Amino acid sequence: MSAVFDPISRFYSSTIGKKILVALTGVLLAVFVLGHMIGNLLVFAGPDAINEYGHMLQTALHGGGVWIARLGLLTALVIHVVATIQLTRANRAARQDKYGRDVAKVSSRASRTMIWSGLTVLAFIVFHLLHFTVRAGFGFDGPAYQTELHGEIVHNVHKMVVDGFSIAPVSAFYVLAMVLLCSHLGHGVASIFQTLGLATHKTWPLFEMLGRAYALLILVGNCSIPVAILLFGFGR
Amino acid sequence: MALLNLHLKVWRQNAGQPGHFQDIDAPEIPDHASFLEMMDIVNERLIAKGEEPVAFDHDCREGICGMCSMTINGMPHGPEKATTTCQLHMRKFRTGDTIWIEPFRARAFPVIKDLVTDRSAFDRIQQAGGFVTVRTGSAAEANNILVGKEVADAAMDAAACIGCGACVAACKNASAMLYVAAKAGQLNTLPQGQPEKTRRTLGMVRQMDHEGFGGCTNQYECEAACPKEISVRWITKLNRDFAAATLKDAFGNGQERGEGGD
Repeated sequence: MSAVFDPISRFYSSTIGKKILVALTGVLLAVFVLGHMIGNLLVFAGPDAINEYGHMLQTALHGGGVWIARLGLLTALVIHVVATIQLTRANRAARQDKYGRDVAKVSSRASRTMIWSGLTVLAFIVFHLLHFTVRAGFGFDGPAYQTELHGEIVHNVHKMVVDGFSIAPVSAFYVLAMVLLCSHLGHGVASIFQTLGLATHKTWPLFEMLGRAYALLILVGNCSIPVAILLFGFGR
Repeated sequence: MALLNLHLKVWRQNAGQPGHFQDIDAPEIPDHASFLEMMDIVNERLIAKGEEPVAFDHDCREGICGMCSMTINGMPHGPEKATTTCQLHMRKFRTGDTIWIEPFRARAFPVIKDLVTDRSAFDRIQQAGGFVTVRTGSAAEANNILVGKEVADAAMDAAACIGCGACVAACKNASAMLYVAAKAGQLNTLPQGQPEKTRRTLGMVRQMDHEGFGGCTNQYECEAACPKEISVRWITKLNRDFAAATLKDAFGNGQERGEGGD
């Protein structure tokens, strides 16, 4: 058995192996972010649309669907974070003596701050889950946040989102996190194609552009919700 | 010919001891001198004053041996594109300039003295797979294995690597990925390199990690610093070859042998 597992453990212990895992989990996380954003934009289609969407997610596969997704995403996130922290530590150790004069000729600021944008987004994810998923201490439960939909009592996601983003510091943190996520994706999405060995001389400029467009799309789409609610009074 | 008055900040260090920058004034440097000739002039003056000259690596002084190094103003081999330190000329600087001169900094390239680093980690990576095994004896018929022009040209692009280590010096992570990608990719591209492709790729990458180089974070400072303009697309290929080699190593595609159990 170890004849098969040895190469796999050697794969993970190599820098390239870890990077390939970071890229593969990055694909899953980036695709999730897009799907999550498209779903959330239903808030603009009226209370029934997003409440129905929320109810559908909670009840898919008899309530099991959401847990399959959560476990899958959690696994991907843990691999992504653990591997990148290990890589960053190894990278720092490889250049212990710093240059007296250091110059960045071509690398982008986004690429040099991946670990910081990533860790901030990680902190944001924890806050975001406590805010809207666990709803710890925000008072988003109870009869005030229930509504009737097609004769069923469901959670009033629309009211929760509107009330949640009506608090300025909360919205500001969401926007800040999205700016850093945009920076993270701006370098990360294109890097997926490089790390998985899919880029060529001809396709690389396209992948680079795609990565930036993807990051910008996520930024604009996700920020539109707190901005609309807080600044333009949407739903209030 | 113009003369330049320069101010140098040169890294001085003995192996195993902490280093420091030494301020050295370099007046009246002819602008047609190469960077290494400027260092020679500075050293002659230091010797005349009874001080210890600055140790630096150099050999062919025509840009092909990969021996000269130095990080000049934060850039390995200095500011010129596709140029080694020995081919960099002082006319690229202005009188009054302050020039920072440092070794190629990486844990895997320990400083021997001043600007001289031990780059033998590269040799050990080569020994871990950067070759094709051939029979000795009479030379094989050259046209037995046909190589397409495009393939030969691509392999030559990678083979242009002189192994100087500027990629490591330029990388924020002191990663040797561009070097390893060029050396492995050159052979992995050619038909002669196919039989040992899996072993080569795994061996060279493992040695690279073992030597204490960092990992690639796709920032491409290596490509910008490379005096031979090796493309980072070779790193793309190394990533691809490494993934394929791991799968082959784990799940077979090796040669099954008919002998009994061990």
